[in-house]
Amino acid sequence: MAVRKTSKKPNVSKDELLAFYREMLLIRRFEEKAGQLYGMGLIGGFCHLYIGQEAIVVGLEAAADEGDKRITSYRDHGHMLACGMDPKGVMAELTGRSGGYSGGKGGSMHMFSKEKHFYGGHGIVGAQVPLGAGLAFADKYLGNDRVSFAYFGDGAANQGQIYETFNMASLWKLPVIFVIENNQYAMGTSLQRASSSPELWTRGAAFGIPGESVDGMDVLAVKEAGEKAIAHCRAGKGPYILEMKTYRYRGHSMSDPAKYRTRDEVQKVRDERDAIEHVRELLLQGKHATEEDLKAIDKDIKVIVNEAAEFAKESPEPALEELWTDIYAEA
Amino acid sequence: MAELTMIEAIRAALFRALTDDPDVIIFGEDVGIDGGVFRATDGLIQRFGASRVRDTPLSETLIAGMAVGAAAHGLRPVAEIQFMGFIYPVLDQLANHASRLRNRTRGRLTCPMVLRAPFGGGIKAPEHHSESTEAMLAHIPGLRVVVPSSPPRAYGLLLAAIRDPDPVVFLEPKRLYRSTSEEVEDDGEALPLDKAFVLREGEDVTIVTWGAMVAEATEAAQQLAETGVSVELVDLATLKPIDRATIRSSVEKTGRCVVVHEAPLTAGLGAEIAADLAEHCLTSLLAPIRRVTGYDTVMPYLRLERHYLPNTARIVEAVGGVMEFA
Repeated sequence: MAVRKTSKKPNVSKDELLAFYREMLLIRRFEEKAGQLYGMGLIGGFCHLYIGQEAIVVGLEAAADEGDKRITSYRDHGHMLACGMDPKGVMAELTGRSGGYSGGKGGSMHMFSKEKHFYGGHGIVGAQVPLGAGLAFADKYLGNDRVSFAYFGDGAANQGQIYETFNMASLWKLPVIFVIENNQYAMGTSLQRASSSPELWTRGAAFGIPGESVDGMDVLAVKEAGEKAIAHCRAGKGPYILEMKTYRYRGHSMSDPAKYRTRDEVQKVRDERDAIEHVRELLLQGKHATEEDLKAIDKDIKVIVNEAAEFAKESPEPALEELWTDIYAEA
Repeated sequence: MAELTMIEAIRAALFRALTDDPDVIIFGEDVGIDGGVFRATDGLIQRFGASRVRDTPLSETLIAGMAVGAAAHGLRPVAEIQFMGFIYPVLDQLANHASRLRNRTRGRLTCPMVLRAPFGGGIKAPEHHSESTEAMLAHIPGLRVVVPSSPPRAYGLLLAAIRDPDPVVFLEPKRLYRSTSEEVEDDGEALPLDKAFVLREGEDVTIVTWGAMVAEATEAAQQLAETGVSVELVDLATLKPIDRATIRSSVEKTGRCVVVHEAPLTAGLGAEIAADLAEHCLTSLLAPIRRVTGYDTVMPYLRLERHYLPNTARIVEAVGGVMEFA
């Protein structure tokens, strides 16, 4: 496990630190609220919370430019909030309402935003990764110098189509960054129990894809690694792998009792490696903010999240006719 | 106007699509330098270059997945899977992504991709090189499944498939690739999708079929005409969505229906057509609907193939039975 680098004096501005704090906190509070709504029976099916992993999407979005793309699997709420999608639209999609990003037809796992270049939200483990290569292929074909982030987890890292994608992405020098969010558990199966080689960042070696392991609980380390990977892609050198060592605090989904690990294990990560606490300490130690300043941010975010929840409760249900729409283009 | 085989007509359509639209790209296994396993893409790489006609690794799932991603981004990928039996790994991408992108995004993202695959029997190869599992694909909402049965229809339907805003699986009856030549006007005109073609008008019985079975049914219709039975022949062409209206109105006229397909009987598309007619045209029916199909067995090799595939004699016999009933 990588070691926290809080002691190192970071080369980061006050504004940037505050933005990181704010964005990560927004994701966490949003997810806590989603968990509540799920408990109230307002969200259907499955709901996979991102709590604990916030630094990854926030750090990488800080490194990305306008027009860069992202695609991920079903633990996707954080990615959407980090790339600037509206919390109201995301929450309303969770509750299956017409004000949601997919009009209440996609749910937690299937949301998209063309404007924010977010290409989903996909439910099949690993199957979004070839799509990410397709996005990158289109950008390369169009010659527009954009990169695509294809996110997947440590569980997906054992799916075959990932390696088909590695091969072709490297062969065709596609500008795609494979972000492996290694939260240690593929649902209930730990990495050690599922992967013959636990160093997932090395998995591109056979295809000539450089990779590195990153402390995914350290937003500054994430951003720095993201910048390096993006520069690699934009220079036309092909794909790059970032293995983010992270941890999910909650169960795989809301229906997971998480019997495969101890409470102590979770608590230890919360106490020692929490990404938000890390930035909070940097802000306070560097005297960039006072406790009061941070409380004010907390309060702002609470308002945003509560408004999103209210919107998600009150937005109308999709009309019955919607059952029949968007199967094929209108003739 | 030139006489073209089906494979030449397909190549002409691809050539036309690549010429007309810079967003059209072709990829697949051996589609470039080698010109495709059945030569459908022969010469395209020389004319349009390796950036648009791309040889891929042997990675079917990825070929389809990349096509979905590129299509979501606005390109019009035309991907080739070498044989229909190699399509199973691709189902993940077709069923879980391609066919659902429009619905999940309320039409904000679409998937204008075409997946071409040779299908069906007639080359004396077993199993995955010859089988017809079109019903599996036709079961997926959001996907179009198209099967041409002649060179001009291959040309016009493939152009339509490429221009269509939704994902299309274009199944090419490999038995017809070189069996005949027909006049094909390379004028860039597409044929309508979702529309069955009435190839022959008749009064007594409707035969509904598609792909290579159209040739067998045509021959059967000619033989039956000599015995005084007038066959209306419907080439379904687009298997999903089904042009139910054309089938119903034909059967309302003739009162009898025989469905012919190479695929196995059980849960084949013939079952859907028969059920639809039973639901909507019962009072017009003079006789039970008959199905002439492959068997519920594994697609056999070489010597047994001719016993497996429906042929003119089996179709004539089935029509005879239907005519005898009433």
